[in-house]
Amino acid sequence: MKIFATYNIKGGVGKTTAAVNLAYLSAADGYRTLLWDLDPQGAASFLFRIKPRVKGGGKALIRGTKALDDAIKGTDFENLDLLPADFTYRNMDLILGGSDKRPTRKLAQLLRPMAAEYDHVFLDCPPSISLVSENVMHAADVLLVPLIPTTLSVRTLDQLTEFVAGFNGHRPEVRAFFSMVDRRKKLHQEITKDLTTERTGVAATPIPALSMIERMSVERAPVAAFAPSSVAARAYRALWSEVGPG
Amino acid sequence: MITPGLRGFVLEAPDGDDPAQDPLPAVLAALAQAFSVTAEPGAPGSGTHRRIWLDTFDWRLYRAGLMLEFEQARRGGRLLLTKADGTPQAEQRVTRWPRRPGLAEDLPAGPVRDRIVVLTSPRALLPIVRAVSSVSVTRLLNADGKTVARLIADQLTVTAAPPGITGDTTAELPLRLAIAEVRGYPGQARRAAALLAGVPGVSHASQGVFSAALTALGRHPADYTSGVEAEITATMPASVAVARLLLRLLDTLELNVDGVLRDIDTEYLHDLRVAVRRTRSAIKVLGGVLPAELADHYKTEFKWLGDLTTPTRDLDVHLLGFDSMAAQLAAASPADLEPLRAFLVRRRAREVRRLAAALRGPRFRAITDDWRKALLEIRDAPGQASRRRREPTAAELARRTTERTFRRIAAQGAAITPTSPPQSLHDLRKRAKELRYLLEFFAPLHDPVAYRKVVGDLKQLQDCLGEYQDSEVQRAEIHALADAMLAERAAPAATLLAMGEIAANLARSQAAARADFVTRFARFGGPAGQERVRVLLEGRP
Repeated sequence: MKIFATYNIKGGVGKTTAAVNLAYLSAADGYRTLLWDLDPQGAASFLFRIKPRVKGGGKALIRGTKALDDAIKGTDFENLDLLPADFTYRNMDLILGGSDKRPTRKLAQLLRPMAAEYDHVFLDCPPSISLVSENVMHAADVLLVPLIPTTLSVRTLDQLTEFVAGFNGHRPEVRAFFSMVDRRKKLHQEITKDLTTERTGVAATPIPALSMIERMSVERAPVAAFAPSSVAARAYRALWSEVGPG
Repeated sequence: MITPGLRGFVLEAPDGDDPAQDPLPAVLAALAQAFSVTAEPGAPGSGTHRRIWLDTFDWRLYRAGLMLEFEQARRGGRLLLTKADGTPQAEQRVTRWPRRPGLAEDLPAGPVRDRIVVLTSPRALLPIVRAVSSVSVTRLLNADGKTVARLIADQLTVTAAPPGITGDTTAELPLRLAIAEVRGYPGQARRAAALLAGVPGVSHASQGVFSAALTALGRHPADYTSGVEAEITATMPASVAVARLLLRLLDTLELNVDGVLRDIDTEYLHDLRVAVRRTRSAIKVLGGVLPAELADHYKTEFKWLGDLTTPTRDLDVHLLGFDSMAAQLAAASPADLEPLRAFLVRRRAREVRRLAAALRGPRFRAITDDWRKALLEIRDAPGQASRRRREPTAAELARRTTERTFRRIAAQGAAITPTSPPQSLHDLRKRAKELRYLLEFFAPLHDPVAYRKVVGDLKQLQDCLGEYQDSEVQRAEIHALADAMLAERAAPAATLLAMGEIAANLARSQAAARADFVTRFARFGGPAGQERVRVLLEGRP
């Protein structure tokens, strides 16, 4: 089982749309895939038309009184399941903090039994740097970091890479990709071009800012499902072939 | 993930309705009370599928409570092994399915092959039923437009395969419907199933597809057995009982001819030979109740038939045991034996051709046709052959012949000492086989418990005698094969040395069987064994 997580300290950078589309493409490739919507806003759940609700809330899941297994919902797509968001996830830091001797490893521990059932797990994280995000970094094999091409976001990537390098034992591979790229902006073009050539770990495929991606919230489906030959779907497919399992 | 639909229904077209009318709209209207319904073209599992159910000629998978289905795809397909109730057991992709019926051993390694090979070997898997399955999938949506369940409708046309066994060859099954649950929405699937159950003409499916197909085609599962199982009763005239018995053996013999001719697997010939041996034994021991000239004539004919099949069977035995024989080699390498295998395969091909030609010839046809006619006459006109004296009943015949054969074995066996020649054990083996057949012929007349005890003892003795004689025969054959291979210059020195080692191993098995004989015989022919036979024949302990 390989665990992918989309993460950025900032919100609104295309984490959820990437998680939803890449998880969909993974499933379409035949991998048994689970997407866990960890964001209390429940955007990924909404995009799959699944109610953002878990019986017993986040506490029951994290404390283990409700099995992860029982909360999973099938999406409309073969091989793709979703663990919905719940509004109580907003208190996830507290729940995690009070749960265990090793609060930063709790998610990794919860996900371990899923290996029998899934080939790929995608974690869609809420923005911020918190105990939740630290848990996600410890659980993930690949940390997918969407970057808006600005100088500031490049600094954030450096900070994140440094932070992960300090982990003892398991360290996720950090794979950044440019997101919401506006081709009309010169700065976007320059940063995208320079960084993908200069730095390792930055994917060559950028995800452009496209209205088709915004349409996902109207269609409530992955763009690769409702507009499979659109520019947006092609971009996600190219990104998946870069960061996916080969 | 889409879990397979477990809530199965069938939709019979109500009487008087136009059969051409599509029954699905009524079902969809019922489901629309609670869900939005929308067709899902291209859904996984939808479209037209070719499916084949496979089993051996003697239904080994069915008898083990299993079903094997091959779902054809554009290239190869998928093998699905389930329990009789449809519970999945194993699944395996195969890239290619042989046109000819295949041995499970020939399948690529995988979970299905691993599960079935121990059950089916050495029998081939035959197509039993072929089906064209036309599947449509409908999504059932909740108010959010989320798929919460699916309706799967499957229209099957089934064909009996191999064709021409019995009954109709093609049938259309009633539309099969299932509600597939979407993970995390069990309540919605239950609701959909309840709505479906309320539609006129819809009922719960009482049979799986395979069973339904067999019923529709007029086939009965497990309709072949190599056992005797003649329909005889204690009070029927002995001649009628013997005719029924011989007719039943003739049926078995004839059922296996096609498989021998097409060389599907080695067990057709084996079962055919057993039927011939049983027939010969019955004519010899029970033939006194038949017209003398009839018994005499067919004694000769069935001997001819038995002898005709022997060379091929001997080669089959060598080839079937080849790998285990090669594995026992200590000094030589199994690879040394490969020229022998190639030689055996070549010889077998020649022998099979010779056998097939004879089975297609007039002498064999005369045996089966005329023998059947003669037996039917006896069966349907009882008592005419022996009007002057009272004819014994089946029970009297069973008792007299069984007792006599047992006494002969007891006497012959007791006379065997460690210095007796091999021939004395061979003769005893023949008698033991005769007794075994007699017991099987008259099994319906015996108490099952007493029967099992006597047969159990006898089987132990037969295994020992069989091991003794087969080892000797095989050793002689290895010598003969070595000579023949030398004559054809097909024998490298390493092969001959390996064959020598095999002959030595056979000699050791034979010596072990000889040493075992005394105890095995004592159990069967001693006082306790005699008492068990007495209980069997007199019916009380």
